[in-house]
Amino acid sequence: MIIAVASGKGGTGKTTVATSLALVLGNRAQILDCDVEEPNCHILLKPTILTTDTVNLPVPSVDLEKCSLCGKCGEVCQFSAIVLIGKTILTFPELCHGCGSCSILCPEKAIREIPRNIGVIETGFVKDLDFVQGRIRIGEAMSPPLIREVKTKINRDKIAILDSPPGASCPVITTVKNTDFVIMVTEPTPFGLNDLEIAVEAIKGLRIPMGIVINRSDIGDSSARDFCNNNGLPLLMEIPHHRKVAEGYAQGAPLIESMPGYGHKFKKLSDDIQMIISESYEGASI
Amino acid sequence: MKIAVTSTGKTIESAMDPRFGRAPYILIVDDNCNLIEAIDNSANVNAFRGAGIQAAKAIADRKVDMLLTGRCGPNAFTTLEAAGVKVGIEQSGTVREAVERVKKNEVSIADKPNAEAHW
Amino acid sequence: MKELTVISGKGGTGKTSISASFAFLAKKRVLADCDVDAADLHILAEPKILHQEAFFGGNKARINIEKCSSCGVCIENCRYDAITGSFVVDPSSCEGCALCHYLCPEAAITMEESLNGKWFISDTRFGPMVHANLIPGQENSGKLVALVRNQARLIAEEQNLDMVIIDGAPGVGCPVISSVTGVDHVVIVTEPTMSGLHDLKRAAQLVRGFNIPISLVINKWDIHPGMALEIEEFTTTEKISLAGKIPYDRLVTDSMVRRKTVVEEGRGPASDAIIEVWEKVNQHIYQ
Repeated sequence: MIIAVASGKGGTGKTTVATSLALVLGNRAQILDCDVEEPNCHILLKPTILTTDTVNLPVPSVDLEKCSLCGKCGEVCQFSAIVLIGKTILTFPELCHGCGSCSILCPEKAIREIPRNIGVIETGFVKDLDFVQGRIRIGEAMSPPLIREVKTKINRDKIAILDSPPGASCPVITTVKNTDFVIMVTEPTPFGLNDLEIAVEAIKGLRIPMGIVINRSDIGDSSARDFCNNNGLPLLMEIPHHRKVAEGYAQGAPLIESMPGYGHKFKKLSDDIQMIISESYEGASI
Repeated sequence: MKIAVTSTGKTIESAMDPRFGRAPYILIVDDNCNLIEAIDNSANVNAFRGAGIQAAKAIADRKVDMLLTGRCGPNAFTTLEAAGVKVGIEQSGTVREAVERVKKNEVSIADKPNAEAHW
Repeated sequence: MKELTVISGKGGTGKTSISASFAFLAKKRVLADCDVDAADLHILAEPKILHQEAFFGGNKARINIEKCSSCGVCIENCRYDAITGSFVVDPSSCEGCALCHYLCPEAAITMEESLNGKWFISDTRFGPMVHANLIPGQENSGKLVALVRNQARLIAEEQNLDMVIIDGAPGVGCPVISSVTGVDHVVIVTEPTMSGLHDLKRAAQLVRGFNIPISLVINKWDIHPGMALEIEEFTTTEKISLAGKIPYDRLVTDSMVRRKTVVEEGRGPASDAIIEVWEKVNQHIYQ
């Protein structure tokens, strides 16, 4: 089972929810930080890292001896990452999406692919919980290939919790695709509601069951609750604003440690989600 | 000598466009300001990345000697350099005025890009 | 004319509330909402749309099933797993690389432009504003950011305005890179948490890579004064200018609920601190 924790707006408590949910599940779970631009799960979980692997994107390298200067590579590249200029071929590796078109379609087989580093994947553990995170190299724009690589580490025998990047564009879609459930974390403010609407709209297209967690539920207004009611989305949990939660987070403590009473709430959250998933599968099979 | 000028319109009396990759037209003229070709660059205007590279290639393929524009980013500059095209930057006014400055030797030729990559 | 971008690294630190406050405090400015994934500036600015245009992102492959011979060459070669076993392209996975289009022996695959959103030029009580809506789940926000910024700069040039204030995206990826390249100054808004410091370090490293001066703002600093101090020490060792610390103030959320910036709602701890920060940032830009 794969559960993604997402949020339209950043800073709503997505990582707080993902880490506490993973911790209460313990050895039954695995947490994967897919927010590769700003991975923060490690701050709350303080994992022991066992392996670090670099992730590369294949980019073209042209053998000018074999090259007939036909210019096919530049014609087929949709990203202007390779171009024929006079008697030379220029490449722009930072524009390359690693699709392989130039090397596959080169009539002279003059283009081979060389690795370009885009980030790292680290794996390890926190007590009995498996830990995986991706970290993008600073200045690198292409996060989806790295996120896809993080997702290859999903262990199908466990409950995989994916901490998604915030927002509603390609990195989020790459993360939540092919998951069984999405927890959407929001806060009850006009900004929170606006971003929640956008993110819910984006994920609706993927037909994945969804539920909402409202963080700092006692600030702002009632708009997030109304949104759940009006859109038939289950309100899974509310976390009121509490100074102990904010202080604990500031120092890097998971929510269930600064507020021990939340342990059973997160267990219930996990049970509720499993129930919704199994119902949605039954619904689908009918 | 063939000169390329980034332009807002199709005639040599048009105002220049200071942008290179995303200018609507690129005019190719000779030293006497006779229009040789007006390249419609509109496909490039909304291109994702690499607008500058594609515009530079279009110029290089036409064996142009010099480009007159306002700003030129690093990828376009690399491409123009590889093609041996001189880049006259910080140009403004009409296309004709810019070409006349070349004759009077008033155009500064860039030795490096003067704009950031716009992604 | 100066371009100023407000970014945060970590989301939810108060970046947009502070950008909007700057917009209120600045004179002769144009606003650009470059947080196109989760654009919120319009909630406070209440724009009156004057002009709108569609935004087309990359291309997506489409298979004409009548011509398809089910040979499977496209599926084998696609590196994004974007083609299903029944020869349908999943647009959320397709990168638009066109490899399948070139390889298909039956010429059954065409590339089609996809409508990814809309962008707007509007009038607000803070002056002109350029903003955009990305269709949820669509890609290419980096390109849309570049478009929004370019339009804002054109307006500033045409109307002889002094400053473009850009609300940037969170993170350190493509849209953020687009919103900071080539600007005159970057304000990073952080909060006194370990995540805030962690993400600040990554964001600062990114901006440094472009040689752009940085002003740092610690928002809600009194939530954890110890962490705030640690962040201050970071600015000293990294020689980043600290533009100020803003205390936690419920008025910020309350005024947001009323669709106003906190500086418009009269004096208060956060409002006073933001005004001081704005003066410091200006000194830094024009020094």
